[in-house]
Amino acid sequence: MTNISQTNPVLDVKNLAVTLTIYGRPVPVVTNVSFQVRAGEAVALVGESGCGKTMTARAIIGLPPDGARVGGSIQLEGRELTTLSKKDRRKLGGSRIGFIFQEPMTSLHPTLTVGAQLCDTLRTHLDLGRKEARDRAAQLLDRVGIPRATAMLDSYIHQLSGGMRQRVMIALAVSCKPALIIADEPTTALDVTIQAQVLDLLKEMRSELGLAMLYITHDLEVVSDFCDRAVVMYAGDIVEEGPVASILTAPHHHYTRGLIGAIPAHDEDRKRLTLIKGQVPPLGAWPAGCRFAPRCPRADEVCLKHPALEPFEESAVRCWHPVELKKKETSTLG
Amino acid sequence: MSLEQSDNLVVEQAQTLDSGEVELPAAVQPWTTWKRLRRNFTAVFSIGILVILTVCALAAPLLTNNAPLTIDPVHRLRAPGVEGHLFGTDYLGRDVFAIVLFGGRTTLVVGLLVTAISMVIAAVLGLLSGFYPKVDAVLMRVVDGFMSFPSIVLATAAAGYFGPSVATVILALTIVLIWPSLRIVRGSALVARELLMVEAGRSVGVPESRILWKYVFPIVRAPILVQTSFIFSAAVLGEAALSFIGLGVDSKTVSWGSALTEARNYIQNAWWIAVFPGIALVLTILALNLLGDALRDILDPRLARR
Amino acid sequence: MGKYIRRRLLHALPTIFIPLVLVFFLLRLAPGDPAVQILGDNATPEQIAALRTQLGLDQPLPIQFLLWLKGLFTLQLGDSLFFHKPVLELIPAYAAVTLQLTFFALVIAMVIGLSAGIAASLLRGKILDRGIIGVMVFSISLPEFWLALVLIFVFAVTLRWFPVAGYVSFDEGVWASLATLVLPALAIGVRQAALLTRMTRSAMLDVLDEPYVTTARAQGLPEATVIGRYTLRTAAVPVVTVIGLSVSYLLSGAVAIELIFSLPGMGKLLVDAVSRRDYPVVEGSVLTIAVTLVVVNLIVDLVYAWLDPRIRLK
Repeated sequence: MTNISQTNPVLDVKNLAVTLTIYGRPVPVVTNVSFQVRAGEAVALVGESGCGKTMTARAIIGLPPDGARVGGSIQLEGRELTTLSKKDRRKLGGSRIGFIFQEPMTSLHPTLTVGAQLCDTLRTHLDLGRKEARDRAAQLLDRVGIPRATAMLDSYIHQLSGGMRQRVMIALAVSCKPALIIADEPTTALDVTIQAQVLDLLKEMRSELGLAMLYITHDLEVVSDFCDRAVVMYAGDIVEEGPVASILTAPHHHYTRGLIGAIPAHDEDRKRLTLIKGQVPPLGAWPAGCRFAPRCPRADEVCLKHPALEPFEESAVRCWHPVELKKKETSTLG
Repeated sequence: MSLEQSDNLVVEQAQTLDSGEVELPAAVQPWTTWKRLRRNFTAVFSIGILVILTVCALAAPLLTNNAPLTIDPVHRLRAPGVEGHLFGTDYLGRDVFAIVLFGGRTTLVVGLLVTAISMVIAAVLGLLSGFYPKVDAVLMRVVDGFMSFPSIVLATAAAGYFGPSVATVILALTIVLIWPSLRIVRGSALVARELLMVEAGRSVGVPESRILWKYVFPIVRAPILVQTSFIFSAAVLGEAALSFIGLGVDSKTVSWGSALTEARNYIQNAWWIAVFPGIALVLTILALNLLGDALRDILDPRLARR
Repeated sequence: MGKYIRRRLLHALPTIFIPLVLVFFLLRLAPGDPAVQILGDNATPEQIAALRTQLGLDQPLPIQFLLWLKGLFTLQLGDSLFFHKPVLELIPAYAAVTLQLTFFALVIAMVIGLSAGIAASLLRGKILDRGIIGVMVFSISLPEFWLALVLIFVFAVTLRWFPVAGYVSFDEGVWASLATLVLPALAIGVRQAALLTRMTRSAMLDVLDEPYVTTARAQGLPEATVIGRYTLRTAAVPVVTVIGLSVSYLLSGAVAIELIFSLPGMGKLLVDAVSRRDYPVVEGSVLTIAVTLVVVNLIVDLVYAWLDPRIRLK
């Protein structure tokens, strides 16, 4: 997919910073986050809970929590979003950016029919009559693999199974052919078999509509053959960024190593099950230097200074002592 | 979002108990509650008002030389400040200041007793109901019956039966105010019953009474404390309302409510008869409601913003 | 749906019976003989005994109870011992006054309560929100009968905008009739408005935090749609509960207000009947109120089902 990197990015985030106000005190939750997503490309945003992934996504769609301040630049198809009026910004949601939430049961309205919710979005962004919108909604449900689509328009979300609910959510997100889809752990709440089906559907949608996709997850392996690149976040920072394949096989940041190691390997020979000691530091209590240092096996005095995100081999990494490809082979054996 | 959750006492409580630790979260321990209460402006303000009102009621004979029930037709309807009557006199020449002071005693007695009796009954029945489904099935129908029926009718009937007296008021208000508290205690007891620790205790044969007292009661304690404040306020309002319509205290007892009964007929030229007992009443109810809100903020952050 | 209604009605039975039975026994066991009340203190024992037989008061209590039950089911509620008129003829005129008062108080409560509650929730934490909360907490602590006195002093005595008391029926002039109801309706409406404000605000805040509201916003729906269509509808369920409780309260709890403003409503009828030991009227009024409450509760349940398909489809 070399031609992807030549096109202009659909989403271009530069120096994004999100600061919450907690008990009157400003507390940073995302700092200096920059990445790009191009058309047809899927980027995984990886990290444990509390690392700032969801906050980043909320900043992109312009729905940060109450009292949050967002700094930096977010460009969608070349348009700067942070300077847009609230109203113009709102209009981009659903039309240019689709959002798929983790829990379709709570993220879809409990007392409006599936059809009504789809039609609301369709009629907000496209100039459609009542009847046309309904037909389009039925087509969408059919497209995402929901049987008896027309009849299903009149059902409520609690009447559907978990997989079907997430399909409705996907239909809603792609209803107006957006340029970018942000998916926040869309399969976490589902059974493994359903997970695979939903991922396949997302893959189809992506190639069919040429979508740029930002896929938020805590489990990189699930999306290893789905995403092209991965951005790993820790405590509000990007700690590593690069092609998924190289990050999975040769992670350079000690956090990424630990994160991948925390997933039991299917390949018995590699036997890597390094767990990360300790916990993500709470908000407002980040160390001044490298934020991972307190949990890092390689930390020393240098790590008291905050490292920059620098290119390293195929990726970029924010670490004073990045793991080198060759070294890693030996260290994992030891 | 996650911040709110970390503040969520009930979740914390459930988790602490689930993990088998017996120690309760800090907020439920009486000493911590008191410390937090002291830092809460609303709480300090309302407790201050209540303390002042209580002191005035208890020290009434020291604060005025007038007896509240002494009729003095010659000096009736005197304006405030005239002839040593700080708040004026009413249509029978009774001193309004004395009525406010001594009326506070009735309010306190009725409020305290109604709250104590109804909360004890509600706590016992609520725990039983939350813990034994059979009791629950019967009791909840009764509660529905009482609660969906307007309390004033029940109170009126009870007051009509026994005739006006302080005891009647206490009885009538207790009958009416048990049910909402019972429901709240039952709700918490139901939550407590599902806790792993309680289930485990039951399965290994720890006596029920011990489980109820040692594990369930501490969880139910916080909502009971919050409810106590609101029941007290409801009791004060109820006493005043019943006495106002003549179904409350007898004519030999001073009450803010009964002091207002005749006020309407003299409102044209003696506003003070209505104003002073009314202000005392509003202040008391307001302070109790504010205290209840503050207690809830401290003890149950899940409901705090209500 | 029919099954749902039937279940709700069945559920309502204790609502009617518990208070009725309670009232029956409280009245019969209460000191004070209605025969003495009717005939006055100068009546001879023979006269009293004759009247007691006539009224069925000489029967043992269980028999009286059975007779009373029979009367209840056949709607033979008897004659008022005081007015000497059938109870069922007596009640409608009083009920009409209470219904009008309830209606106006409810309009006041809903207009103020819903708008203040919604405004406060949308401006969470802002000055207006705090202001609304302050006024709300104060209003909840305001006894209605005292507010009534204040209103009379300000609007009737001082400003002379409304009559001090009394009731003019609709037939005698719509405006005059409305004028007699404004102050009483305000006096009981304000506290209900405050209670409704509190519930509306907290229900709105709960729903505004729901993920599906975020979804609606993320889908680019205009804020008016997000609030009007995605939030209000679900927030309405607990609010309807409180409105139902308000109606129940207003229908029966206006005793003090009716006394202050000399309105001939159900509350006044009930209190007077209790003090006159006019059993049939007490029982008739309690029955009327109980049945009205069951109807109100049923309407509330139907509104629930309309608002939430999960209830309807069960």
